[in-house]
Amino acid sequence: MCDFNNQTLFMDTTVSTGTEGKTWGGGNQPLKASYGKMMMWFFIVSDALTFSGFLAAYGFSRFKFIDAWPIADEVFTHIPFYHEPAPMIYVAFMTFVLIMSSVTMVLAVDAGHHMKKSKVTFYMFLTIIGGLIFVGSQAWEWGTFIKGDYGAVQTKGGNILQFVDTDGHRVALRDFVVADDHKERVQNESKNGIWFQSEGSLPSYTMEEVINGLKSHDNVLVRTQILNEEGEKTVLTRAESLNQIQNNGKLVVEGANLHVNEYGSPLFADFFFFITGFHGFHVFSGVVINIIVFFNVILGTYERRGSYEMVEKVGLYWHFVDLVWVFVFTFFYLV
Amino acid sequence: MAEHAHKLEILRGLIKFKSNTQKIWGVLILLSIITIVEVVLGIYKPDVLMGQFLGMKILNWIFIILTIVKAYYITWDFMHMRDETKSLRRMVVWTAIFLICYLIFILLQEGGYVFDVYEDGYIKHNF
Repeated sequence: MCDFNNQTLFMDTTVSTGTEGKTWGGGNQPLKASYGKMMMWFFIVSDALTFSGFLAAYGFSRFKFIDAWPIADEVFTHIPFYHEPAPMIYVAFMTFVLIMSSVTMVLAVDAGHHMKKSKVTFYMFLTIIGGLIFVGSQAWEWGTFIKGDYGAVQTKGGNILQFVDTDGHRVALRDFVVADDHKERVQNESKNGIWFQSEGSLPSYTMEEVINGLKSHDNVLVRTQILNEEGEKTVLTRAESLNQIQNNGKLVVEGANLHVNEYGSPLFADFFFFITGFHGFHVFSGVVINIIVFFNVILGTYERRGSYEMVEKVGLYWHFVDLVWVFVFTFFYLV
Repeated sequence: MAEHAHKLEILRGLIKFKSNTQKIWGVLILLSIITIVEVVLGIYKPDVLMGQFLGMKILNWIFIILTIVKAYYITWDFMHMRDETKSLRRMVVWTAIFLICYLIFILLQEGGYVFDVYEDGYIKHNF
């Protein structure tokens, strides 16, 4: 509240305007919030609109391909050190970590109100740890997503064809395709002749090897992206499967990046990287600001200032990051 | 400190807490319960909730409503919006709600339209 003390000091030295004591005479605090807190709120409003823009754009793309959008439960099924598919569990854990770190943050703010330095220090420390666990989990999730799991084939038209067995369970390329060691294609790098062209890492298998693998395994079928009445992906018959792969298959896709995505529409991967990346960047900057505030608490900066309002302001930002995650969680993983 | 007085009731006064710290833990329990409900529904996807309602599955509407409930408690109790003045609260909340609703409406409307063009029109895929 020291801002206002300055203002009264300032007013004493200025020329009298005859409006002192009037509503418009200045020095009022109609919102009863300090400048810093109010500006943090307005920043949060504008940042909320940025995130809404991203999420609404995700909704746009999803509505555009509403009959062929990837099913999140089939994409995010991994848990570290556990190899059975288990959708939702890991992301639920991440959500809980973030909510928990929000709680320790608000406890730090509360301790700040009571001017308890050691308690603020302890709760700020826990908040930072929570933030780091969350960012680490997100990095792991990105790694798993980029690496991919089953592999797929992209058609000439850009659609994704995946493989299932006769029971409808997913089949990975490595389970039925045999790589031919004798004719390995060399990755084109810019140093080899064509100076302006290089390419990304090659998939483990060529299109030809996938076709041969499919031919020799009668129990493998192709699954398209189109959702049927029950909301499941359409599985083709054996004859159609062979026909699609032989005539339309163009590219073997493993994992996801900004161009291709073995899970379905490339837009899904693009938005995943953009939205969770932008959110992860917010968490990361939140952790950095938290660390700065943490050291200021230890050094006694706020003790001397007589107010822990800075903890409150960084707390607002931190809760906002949690708030955004609640929405990302819903729209990316649940809906 | 008078300026840090907190309102200690949630759910319209149904639950009253004795201190701010107690309220924080209470809200954590509430948020955890909502998240657990979401996760359980997300894993089991009960058939009853798979029907369509206003262009979306009932289950999806439940998820969205639960999310807004969570957002309300994070903003009101963790960010102390409950303790701010009415004018600050309205300035922040209604501005965001109005603009976000507008944004969602135009983008989803347009997305649905583009889907219809692909579905019924002669354009198959161009971007």
